[in-house]
Amino acid sequence: MLEVKDLKSRYGRIEVLHGISVEVREGEIVSLIGSNGAGKTTFLRALSGVQPVSGGAIRWQGKDISRVAAHMRSRLGIAQVPEGRQVFSPLSVEDNLKLGAWARRDNEIAADVENIYRMFPVLAEKRNIPAGSLSGGQQQMLAVGRALMTKPKLLLLDEPSMGLAPLLVDQILSSVADLPKLGITVLLVEQNATAALAISNRAYVLETGKIILSGEAASLANDERVTEAYLGL
Amino acid sequence: MAQFLQYAFSGLTVGAVYALVALGFTLIYNASGVINFAQGEFVMLGGMVTVFATAAGVPLPLAALLAIAVAVLVGVALHLLAIEPAKGASAVTLIIITIGASILLRGLASIVFDKRFHALPAFIPGEAWRVGGASILPQSVLVLGGAAAVVVLLWVFMSRTLLGKAMIATAANRMAARLVGINTVWIICASFAVSAAIGAIGGILVTPITLTNYDVGTLLALKGFSAAMLGGMGNPLGAIVGGLVVGLLEAFGAGYISSAYKDAIAFLVILLVLFVMPNGLFGRAGVERV
Repeated sequence: MLEVKDLKSRYGRIEVLHGISVEVREGEIVSLIGSNGAGKTTFLRALSGVQPVSGGAIRWQGKDISRVAAHMRSRLGIAQVPEGRQVFSPLSVEDNLKLGAWARRDNEIAADVENIYRMFPVLAEKRNIPAGSLSGGQQQMLAVGRALMTKPKLLLLDEPSMGLAPLLVDQILSSVADLPKLGITVLLVEQNATAALAISNRAYVLETGKIILSGEAASLANDERVTEAYLGL
Repeated sequence: MAQFLQYAFSGLTVGAVYALVALGFTLIYNASGVINFAQGEFVMLGGMVTVFATAAGVPLPLAALLAIAVAVLVGVALHLLAIEPAKGASAVTLIIITIGASILLRGLASIVFDKRFHALPAFIPGEAWRVGGASILPQSVLVLGGAAAVVVLLWVFMSRTLLGKAMIATAANRMAARLVGINTVWIICASFAVSAAIGAIGGILVTPITLTNYDVGTLLALKGFSAAMLGGMGNPLGAIVGGLVVGLLEAFGAGYISSAYKDAIAFLVILLVLFVMPNGLFGRAGVERV
């Protein structure tokens, strides 16, 4: 459903993505692992449209969307949970979720808000509290919930485990692992390679703006090059 | 005591207009990070368009609506033609663009209208009311009531409608707003429109008291800016309190010290705020859990 061909992106004169090709098929969880500064976040931002692309193509359901504005891509079914949560701090939890449905015109918005509360019960307790005063883990759940409120077909997740306690990491990642059952395909970016590979079908390894390895998640988890560089074994 | 009350009334009246200008600054600053020095020109347009439309025989309520519409169009044009094409430019560049727009609007107004002072008849005719030995014009009460109504409406809009919340969201985190499908260009454009309408309403209400001409906007913008700084840039409540305080200081300064220094007081306020509390009365130091 998503086919990225030779994608390039730059900050000013410095190119940070040197031609990346990635494919995500419907119903998969695909992860992109790599160390800090490899270009993972830039890549996701280029997919969602908040980072300009300087070359290559992003084909989404057969059409090139690399020139489509960011706010229109979410209408096409691509949602991103940005790195570092980025919730709307002054607004309440409930308002954050409702704004996730900003572009929707259907009648199921209220029901979907309740679904998110069922998925993350702690958010229901805090529904009227400003998002900025939630803990890091709760903000992460809210960021995921807000992205799900756009009714995405593809969810781009940027470092959902960053800065969270191990117990919360498990909770968030197990919610992610359930997403394909709800008809949502996932592209996951993680530094925590062990956790990411455990819930993925396939994975790509990104290093300084290039894909250096790709394959089935299970085989990558046993690949020496991956275990040495990213699993700390 | 009567004298004190008299100064307080006139200070609050003019302060209410500063508060509306400051509120306009706040809205645009929050949504886009731009300090719009053409804010005073919205006030000028409100007054001048109403004056010239009523002179052409348009009934007052219609003329006022027309004036608001003209200011809104100018605000939207300012954003789409001058601010949006320069996105990514530094804050100083954007400020200079708004100063340029303000000079342009003043120049156009002096050609389209004229360079003389104009008044409007009071909207509520009648004698001044006596309160505690001081007199207060019905029009002053209208200015205060009108400003209060604008503030309440704006508060309801921001806290009760999804569009208002989308504005807050855009101000809080523009990237995240784009990621949930909010067209942030459009939202910032809407904040320019709302700011322009607020400024124009202030201009319409105050013209029967203070008169208007093509360049009243300059001083109003500077005083509204001092008010916004005093309240804490970006804080709507601060803008309102700041506006009223600057108006009161100005009236008391003119009354008890010398009216020659009336306009200097707002600038003294800016200097004091910058030296003593750069975040203003209600400004936050920007601490947040992440």
